[in-house]
Amino acid sequence: MKRAGWAVLLTFILLALLGPMLIELDGTAHYEERFAAVSWKHWLGTDYAGRDVWAQLVHGSRDIMLIAFSTGAFAVLLALLIGVGSALAGGALDALLVGAIDVFLTVPSFPLMAILSALFRVGNPITFGLLLALWSWPGLARSLRAQVQVLQHREFMEVARLMRMGPWHILWGEIFPNLVPYLSLNFILIARNAITASVGIMMLGLVPLRVENWGMMLNLAAFQSGALFLPQGRLYLLAPLSAIVIFQYSLILVASSLEEYFDPRLRRG
Amino acid sequence: MKKRLLLSLLTVWVALTFTFVLVRQMPGDVLHTLALQLQNTHGLAYAQAREMAKLQICYDPDEPIFSQYCTYLSNLAHANLGRSTTYRIPVTQILASALPWTVFITFLSAGFSFALGVTLGFWTAWRRGTWLDPALTFYATLTQAIPDFLLGVMLLLVLGVQLQWLPLRGAYSAETDPGFNLPFLVSLGQHAILPVLAFSIPAIGSWALSAKATATSVLGEDYLQVARAKGLKPWRILRDYLGRNAIVPLISSLATNLGALLGGSMLIETLFGFPGLGYFLAQSIGTRDYPLMQGLFLLSTLAIVAGNLSAEWLSRRIDPRSRR
Repeated sequence: MKRAGWAVLLTFILLALLGPMLIELDGTAHYEERFAAVSWKHWLGTDYAGRDVWAQLVHGSRDIMLIAFSTGAFAVLLALLIGVGSALAGGALDALLVGAIDVFLTVPSFPLMAILSALFRVGNPITFGLLLALWSWPGLARSLRAQVQVLQHREFMEVARLMRMGPWHILWGEIFPNLVPYLSLNFILIARNAITASVGIMMLGLVPLRVENWGMMLNLAAFQSGALFLPQGRLYLLAPLSAIVIFQYSLILVASSLEEYFDPRLRRG
Repeated sequence: MKKRLLLSLLTVWVALTFTFVLVRQMPGDVLHTLALQLQNTHGLAYAQAREMAKLQICYDPDEPIFSQYCTYLSNLAHANLGRSTTYRIPVTQILASALPWTVFITFLSAGFSFALGVTLGFWTAWRRGTWLDPALTFYATLTQAIPDFLLGVMLLLVLGVQLQWLPLRGAYSAETDPGFNLPFLVSLGQHAILPVLAFSIPAIGSWALSAKATATSVLGEDYLQVARAKGLKPWRILRDYLGRNAIVPLISSLATNLGALLGGSMLIETLFGFPGLGYFLAQSIGTRDYPLMQGLFLLSTLAIVAGNLSAEWLSRRIDPRSRR
């Protein structure tokens, strides 16, 4: 099961990297081929404007991965900066940052993400990821702060300090390696939540990205083109939906396999 | 508790200030757009339309920023949130009409999923090592992978469009007469099933997992061994010994959860055309209706803060151990 998760994730990444080079996307409308059925020419049928669904799915995978992984990367970076910084700084700065973390944890994040990304007319996946990351870091920052506080009192830190190692060495050589398992796990979890949030925002039609983006496909299929109500339109709706669910499930499996890898006590049998 | 209260006030203040800044930092001149609109619809001179627009969205860029902020706060204190630019009625009126719908659907879904999930979790903990355990874990991970609104799409497709068992949109049928009569209540119930299922199917799994975890920790306690040794009937142990103790932490997470849900789900309410807070929030963002957006955002922040505070209060009330 765990291996299947990695295999599916790798397939998706390869699809996003190589797919668009191998499969051509014809973005022009062919109304005579509207909602065509599955065939050799159209593996997953066509959409309301006669465009190939499979080609859209392949080309759209890039945007989804970019949004998910850029949110993960930005949020982990922010959490590291604020969580570790807060623990190391201590005193008034620590109290201030802890207050900020608590406020960010409390304000309703999905409405905020939706409001900001709609009003600032986000136009590309990376900016979108950055905006989502602004509201995805506080949980991780809080636990990083707690972990660093515990680490600071461990023996190896005492030794490092006694050996007069510089602050950079202590940070990169002693603290950081201890946080890696936790960071990689949370990177995956944040990326997964970013998919849900970004797809949701796009499905509401608040961020107009390209039509082959999975969230946009869902928006067009469910709210705009009436594909939801047409038996021929089912595939256009279900293709991006299933892709999202399978991708998310693979991320959950990967996260739990990482958890077991880093914490052997969780391994069974 | 004092610290918690202070933090809540801080959060509300940040949210207030955020919406204040938001309208002023927006790309495009909000006031100008509305003034032009009013000029056309009311046949006013531009200067006059601009004055009217200022009043409607409670925003006057000609004043110094500090006095703008004071006016903003005093308006909020008097429950004056301005007028919605799309619906042309006071924002408070829209909030008052949408809130009961969201409260209705939220309490129904949260109550249903909590009752079912917690029972399932306790039962699984009680019957450790049977097939229930892996089945529950599988159900919970699978439903977690499906965002609730996509689950809603699937339910709508199967139960609404394909089988035509349930109505697709709205909170009740337009043919019924809202009030305390049977046809209306039946229609209300039918319309609520799909959104409640979309909320509950994933929620049941996560409630069951946390109930299982708390129950498992209680199972190791000595008093449970004593109860078993006394030869009490299993259902009595489950209800009076296990249930009572394991449910304490769960009730305060229910309060937190309710607070988070009370802002309304933009996606589920939009998908099912359900006229709650989330539906109007999504509409207001789409149409750039700042006063309405601001009111809804503030309301959902208040709901979360209230949920957190009552969770804290409840856990102190029920669990004497947390009173120090």
